[in-house]
Amino acid sequence: MGILSKPRRKRIWYQALAALGLNAWLPNWLTGQIYQGNVKGVCVPVLNCYSCPSAMGACPIGALQTSLAGVRLNLAAAEAKFGLYVVGLLGAVGSVVGRMPCGWLCPFGLIQELAHKIPTPKLRLPRAFSYARYVFLAVLVVGLPLLVVDQYGLGQTWFCKWICPAGTLEAGIPLILLNKGLRGLIGFMYYWKVALLVLFLGWMTVSRRPFCRAVCPLGAILGLFNKASLFRMAVDDEKCTLCDKCREDCPVDIKIYESANSPDCVRCLKCLDSCKFGAISYDFLAKHEASRDFRIKSGA
Amino acid sequence: MKRRLPWILMALSLGLVVAGLLLGEYRAVLEKAVTVCLDCIGIG
Repeated sequence: MGILSKPRRKRIWYQALAALGLNAWLPNWLTGQIYQGNVKGVCVPVLNCYSCPSAMGACPIGALQTSLAGVRLNLAAAEAKFGLYVVGLLGAVGSVVGRMPCGWLCPFGLIQELAHKIPTPKLRLPRAFSYARYVFLAVLVVGLPLLVVDQYGLGQTWFCKWICPAGTLEAGIPLILLNKGLRGLIGFMYYWKVALLVLFLGWMTVSRRPFCRAVCPLGAILGLFNKASLFRMAVDDEKCTLCDKCREDCPVDIKIYESANSPDCVRCLKCLDSCKFGAISYDFLAKHEASRDFRIKSGA
Repeated sequence: MKRRLPWILMALSLGLVVAGLLLGEYRAVLEKAVTVCLDCIGIG
């Protein structure tokens, strides 16, 4: 089934390689410092904290919040930086592959998939939860950084500060362990973020990629491109028997036969192997007419 | 139109990237990224 048939069976290795590649400056794990090279201004299309000691790129969600937090029309010190570069980079990636980086490159996605392999009772996440990530995006990433100011007249990075468990796991815990100078600054916020991380880790073991589906603002942005990207999924309604095997194997628990290019889909392509009827396929550059969404007809 | 949409979005996105670069946003992102983000690690 195309050039991705072999890679998709080894997807976990691609995820691991991506995690290593995005965090390749490994000597910093000995010193407790962060990488400071000039390439770090490049935003990566995944949630990877730029304060992780070995991170080589910038987190787009952190960078976007920082830009919006600095936009103030009435301050002499305000910066005329609106996050165009960050939004543009995400749009460029999204218009080609949609949410595919979530399924193949994101280190936090990999952690969630590994956590879910721990044998615990499993819980299906209600579909309504997937709308919550748009609220996190609109309120904590865009709205509050733009509108609420501190005593200095500047905004804050609300999502990073109050929620992001990737920052706590990849940067907060390692830096506190490795850097003695930072330990004296621990307070309520640190304990809050660690508690939230523990909560998310527990949730990951029982539900499939809950952070990606219910919280991740980056997934919310990239997911919007799923229906309008060059890479597209397709389901053949002639072949689909609605057996639900694709959903059973899906890391984000979606019914791809209801909406082939759902914003929830991380395009891991696992469903192509799950479907014994060859009903699911993908298309790039709209080469095939099969590149269309399939929806169950009413009453079917 | 459906086939053209990804190309239109890509062109718009690349336009935003260029505009952002001209406004010096790469430097701003870099400056933030090479400093330990206290908010991210929970001590901000």
